[in-house]
Amino acid sequence: MALYENVFIVRQDVSNQQVEELTTRFTEILESGGGKVEKTEFWGLRTMAYKIKKNRKGHYVMLNLDAPPPAVQEMERNMQLNEDVIRHMTLRVDELEEGPSAVMKFRGERSRSYGDRSDSRPAASAPSGDEKPTLPETPAAPATAEAEAPKTEGASE
Amino acid sequence: MSTRPRPFFRRRKSCPFSSDSAPKIDYKDVKLLQRFTSERGKIVPSRITAVSAKKQRELARAIKRARFLALMPYVVE
Repeated sequence: MALYENVFIVRQDVSNQQVEELTTRFTEILESGGGKVEKTEFWGLRTMAYKIKKNRKGHYVMLNLDAPPPAVQEMERNMQLNEDVIRHMTLRVDELEEGPSAVMKFRGERSRSYGDRSDSRPAASAPSGDEKPTLPETPAAPATAEAEAPKTEGASE
Repeated sequence: MSTRPRPFFRRRKSCPFSSDSAPKIDYKDVKLLQRFTSERGKIVPSRITAVSAKKQRELARAIKRARFLALMPYVVE
């Protein structure tokens, strides 16, 4: 079996619970094809760098897969058909990552500006158990701030 | 070496990804990738960042993947 990494983005006005249901559905499809999901990671509702199908934000979910190609193909086909999934990407990888991915580590550092959604992994959850995406957020601020702050190195020498 | 006062001498910077303790290039590591894009969101040429050719290709691929997933912008207006 081959190893894959899949990330898909779900529309912003879908509830967290529905996102999870969707994820289990894709997982089931994969498992029925003889595959296995090694890790599921919910990145939560993130502000996207640009609008996709008129959505400013999206629920990001990452799946680490160990599955035969036909099963992955079938899952991808279902993602394409599903209207709540606005984007998805599957990559063949040589080895699956251990532990939380860079996005999760990064999110932990500045979780104040983001609606934290870390169900299914209680260790990482913030003290405020607020799960709904109704948090008062500043949508534009994080994207622009992070674009300006890190300047390229090298030229300054 | 760079502290020695030699006129017009600039030590060649080594590739930030080629040492042993170098970070892995990963499309999910937006913070890392952002250091190699301009304010406009463009990929910075390797002659400025001193990334090796091989790693620059890898880096470009990662940035493009991150862009596709809207983790990074294509353009910053």
